[in-house]
Amino acid sequence: MDNTTALPISIRSLTKKYGDLFALKTVDLEIRSGEFLTLLGPSGSGKTTLLMAIAGFNRPDSGSIFFGDAEMVLTPPHKRDVGMVFQSYALFPHMSVAENVGFPLKLRGIAFAERKARVEEALETVQLSGLGERGIDQLSGGQRQRVALARAFVFRPRILLMDEPLSALDKKLREQMQIELKHIHRQLGVTTVYVTHDQREALTMSDRIAVINHGELAQVDTPEAIYNKPSNEFVADFIGESTMLPLTQDSAGRLTFGESVVASEAPDPSHNDWSLVIRPERLRVLAKDASAGDQHVMFSGTVTEAVFQGDTAFALVKLRGGATLTVRFGTGAVSEGSRLEAGQSVSVGLIREDLILIPRESA
Amino acid sequence: MSWWTQPATQTQITHGDRFWLYVTAAIIMLLLVIPTFIVVPMSFSDSQYLAFPPETWSVRWYEEYFESRKWMRATVTSVQIGVLTMLVATPLGTMAAYALFVSGHRAARAIFMLLITPMIVPVILIAIGAFYAFGRIGLNNSITGLVLAHTAMAAPLVMILITAALRSYDLNQERVARSLGASRVKAFFLVTLPQIKFSVVTAALLSFLTSFDEVIISIFISGGSNATLTKHMFAALRDFIDPTIAAISTIMVAVSTVLLLTTQFIGGKKP
Repeated sequence: MDNTTALPISIRSLTKKYGDLFALKTVDLEIRSGEFLTLLGPSGSGKTTLLMAIAGFNRPDSGSIFFGDAEMVLTPPHKRDVGMVFQSYALFPHMSVAENVGFPLKLRGIAFAERKARVEEALETVQLSGLGERGIDQLSGGQRQRVALARAFVFRPRILLMDEPLSALDKKLREQMQIELKHIHRQLGVTTVYVTHDQREALTMSDRIAVINHGELAQVDTPEAIYNKPSNEFVADFIGESTMLPLTQDSAGRLTFGESVVASEAPDPSHNDWSLVIRPERLRVLAKDASAGDQHVMFSGTVTEAVFQGDTAFALVKLRGGATLTVRFGTGAVSEGSRLEAGQSVSVGLIREDLILIPRESA
Repeated sequence: MSWWTQPATQTQITHGDRFWLYVTAAIIMLLLVIPTFIVVPMSFSDSQYLAFPPETWSVRWYEEYFESRKWMRATVTSVQIGVLTMLVATPLGTMAAYALFVSGHRAARAIFMLLITPMIVPVILIAIGAFYAFGRIGLNNSITGLVLAHTAMAAPLVMILITAALRSYDLNQERVARSLGASRVKAFFLVTLPQIKFSVVTAALLSFLTSFDEVIISIFISGGSNATLTKHMFAALRDFIDPTIAAISTIMVAVSTVLLLTTQFIGGKKP
């Protein structure tokens, strides 16, 4: 299918209040044409409210939503030309698979023959060819998911919205569907807004991720940037595992943690308090006689726990300063960490390129 | 192992242990049902008076009923009012139930309670109220008045049935339909209604019965050529004991039973 149907979405100072509570607080977000953007946040963060505002099911108190050049806030859902997949699938149980998928085409007055062809084409895209005559109750969870998806894109909407569509599936099927959805998205080229609370799912599927918390966007960026360069404590903590070490600035302006010098100067001189975000898998166990050198920031401490988890293992290292680091490493025969035992003293290093410094928020 | 010592449930309790329960249940059922069905043999009596048990049998009271212009006219009136009540109460109650269910407004519950009060308030009060209110606007002894009063009685029933049906229905289906290009009204008729249609049919049948069986309001506000069957029956019983009443009662019991069984049959089916 061609790309010309895709439309950019522009959300401008969108605000929605429930009573005194802000569900959305002056949200500004530009979603590019054809992009797969994920709204990621904990429950109650406002991500579903934002999606429903785009779909037209709730009216924001102020602000605008543009599809391309058209203002949409006052347009009812059925005139927005938006495909939508719900968490509960919401398939129509009184219709067959083909009738479900053909429903939006029928509403658009598309003649039977063309309808049939397009339904079949859509079912093929989601790998359900030949199942058109089945009843909904004869389908497995994964198949229902695919029917809901086919029904949402069969009428070539300009925008596709998905509200946690995979959360009802088991882990294996979910991971398989993530890749498949990504593939279908590339095939259709339609602007897609996806809501999830599962950070791994967001990292797997998205072109960009909008992390949302308390009705405000915390960071909007590519999965790599969100993970490697979180811009605030919330994003650093919400995405992936991390340990946050509060740094102190010495008289020479250097940022330090205990004896370890983390950076020779603050990334932004206007801010004094900084934290170091450490991803467990970015830490390396160093040889006993290693010195910090230029490439590494070194931390020394005692192993308090070593845990084997199959694909990876981790150790908890209590630093002399009191904080505890998690160090994650592979479990192969040559892995440096695989011989760690509780009670052992150890040095771990963090390559300078992997340093993540974020301004500490005053509590 | 005999039936008597077999377990009645997945526990150790046997049918023998449960026997007292079966007897009690049977007695209660009989007590509930006998007054209704005692009219059946009475209606086939040959006697001039209502008698039980009948000494000789005949169908003369059925002939009496079917040949009487008075009874026939009353029957037509009752059926007419029943059907009209059904046609008014079913859509009205369905719309009210739907609106209150989806609105999520904080007053929705209160409005629901208000609308179902006719089920709680003693019917005699409604009858008296309707009599005085309709007296002022000239609706007493009219079909319209009866249909309005009976609709007030039947609509709560419809609302309760439809609300129950909507509870087991995923409203997201309607949202999906709207996102796929259906207006709210279309989404309701294409997606929601087909899935609650059995409840709607059940509600319609019960609305008819509510009106058809209703006697107290009818006594107060129906009369003349628009008197209902139940009003005539009540009057006939008061004036003299007419065995035709037993025949009519039997027919009404039959009609009601068939309609109720129909609703049970419909309700048991999945949409």
